[in-house]
Amino acid sequence: MDLLVLDLFHYWVFAVLLMIGFYAVIAKSNLIKKLIGLSIFQAAVFLLYITMGKVEGGTAPIIQAGIDNAVFSNPLPQVLILTAIVVGISTTALGLGIVVRIKEEYGSIEEHDIQEIDRR
Amino acid sequence: MIDWSVHLPALQVIVPMLTAPLALLLRPRGLAWAAALAASLFAFAIAIMLTLGVLNGQTFTYQMGNWPAPYGIELGVDAFSALLLLVITGASALALLGGRRSLDADIEEERQPLFYAAWLLALAGLVGIPVAADAFNVFVFMEISSLASYVLIAGGRDRRALPAVFKYLIMGTIGATFYLIGVGLIYLMTGTLNLADMALRIQEVADQKPILVAAGFITIGLALKAAVFPLHVWLPNAYTHAPNVVTVFLGACATKVSLYLLLRFDFFVFQPNLVGHELQFSYFLMPLAVLAILIGSGVALFETNLKRLFAYSSVAQIGYILLGASLISAAGLTASVVLMFNHALAKGTLFLAITCLAMRHSGLHLNNIADAAKHMPWTMGAFVVAGFSLVGVPGTAGFISKWYLITAALEQGTIGIALIAVIVASSLMALVYVWRVIEPAYFGDAKPDAQDFETATTREAPSVLLAVTWVAALANIYYGLAPSLPVTLSSNAAEILLRYVP
Repeated sequence: MDLLVLDLFHYWVFAVLLMIGFYAVIAKSNLIKKLIGLSIFQAAVFLLYITMGKVEGGTAPIIQAGIDNAVFSNPLPQVLILTAIVVGISTTALGLGIVVRIKEEYGSIEEHDIQEIDRR
Repeated sequence: MIDWSVHLPALQVIVPMLTAPLALLLRPRGLAWAAALAASLFAFAIAIMLTLGVLNGQTFTYQMGNWPAPYGIELGVDAFSALLLLVITGASALALLGGRRSLDADIEEERQPLFYAAWLLALAGLVGIPVAADAFNVFVFMEISSLASYVLIAGGRDRRALPAVFKYLIMGTIGATFYLIGVGLIYLMTGTLNLADMALRIQEVADQKPILVAAGFITIGLALKAAVFPLHVWLPNAYTHAPNVVTVFLGACATKVSLYLLLRFDFFVFQPNLVGHELQFSYFLMPLAVLAILIGSGVALFETNLKRLFAYSSVAQIGYILLGASLISAAGLTASVVLMFNHALAKGTLFLAITCLAMRHSGLHLNNIADAAKHMPWTMGAFVVAGFSLVGVPGTAGFISKWYLITAALEQGTIGIALIAVIVASSLMALVYVWRVIEPAYFGDAKPDAQDFETATTREAPSVLLAVTWVAALANIYYGLAPSLPVTLSSNAAEILLRYVP
């Protein structure tokens, strides 16, 4: 049982981070905390991609003179995740920008307060 | 002579994407709008050329940078994507053409270049999804279009748009991330991202758990993006508080693109390979579709804000589209794809007419538009045509889609009868909520005061906007009487989708 847990360690990291992030998005009322939760949620998925590109004993996929039987890790997930990280950063930045505008217009960044103000 | 038609799929995305930074630099008033309109019209022309090619039996595949398919990035256009491209680029061109005055009122002048740049990026992202044939590129295009549409929705003066957009951002990102998890799991098992290649390689591992989990994540993620009931909660407020012209554009095509992707992914990758997936698909989505139809129409019955009323009606229409797809038959899928086209026409026209109304009426509340037909007979005329198209009155485009949907349901035996009952009931509800707008507008007894009465003749909406609204309204009638274009494309699309289904 112990071994199974350790073998799948990276999946556990992924699942636990995913749930922490998801919990924050759903349960927190503070808009900034929601966004941080969203970032954690996305970071978990990035880690899932990064770990699956790793080949046991593999090195960085760079061709070097004199070494012709090297085992390379798969570079594609890293390339993909670089793109996804940029998307994630843009989302967080845009979200924070919207929070700033909400604070300017409503004077609060608590979800309950905003709903209360709109209801009036 | 270089054959330019080869490059059309790439140009479709590249033209709006490259015009976006250009629009940012165009400072004098109106130039950014002109650039955005020119790019939209150009994209529309490309979409028409692609559609004509597809109708002639051509299939477009395009290898970016000449890298061959499973390794390089592939673009492809077939009947299904051509229909979507027509809807997206057409909606963008019409909304921009007619919406200039309305946007001038909604967007501050110094922010306009930024706004039009965001518009072009949204357009590029939306057309990118039907064009891309690669699961990861689809994710990138999806996020480009989503990020840009958050900006568009929050761009107006209505502060209630901000919390609405925040909710949309949170839910949209969760949806996209779920999709990314699903794609990651499939990549983990198959080592490919190209959809066609994925469909082939997934066969060997189709019985393994991660593929099933991936199917779940992708379905839920895309359902969130497509506002499938009960994941639609972001939609009504986002559409209601967005600038009117943005509602025209996004209301016509944004959710349809996610539905397109949901259908394409499911029917291409999962249906042929997962045992019993078609049953799971229809058992899971059919009840949701029925609930969406009934609850969406039901809520619309009691809404008093015009835009929110029709946003809820969109939830119901998404239900229709899903209902057709969940029948897993050629007739059902044809109905579903025809619905995408015809609903875009009807809803686009309705929101255009609402934009006309908003130019002359301060609040879009049902009580405020009493007597609108006296001041704005042309606007209300277009509204009536589009409303009837939404209900499904014979002679309008909406009738064609309802007809196909009911024919497809009839093939299903007993359950089909129940589904037809649902469709008829919700069509009646649609008649009621459209009538709730028409009734005060034509027969309302608001007493106009003296000076209002004198200016009554000059209160019609700006002529360009009105002309565009009528073009869209006449398209509703045209495609109701001569539906061969959407129907041919849709039945071809259904054939493509069902090709691999056992």
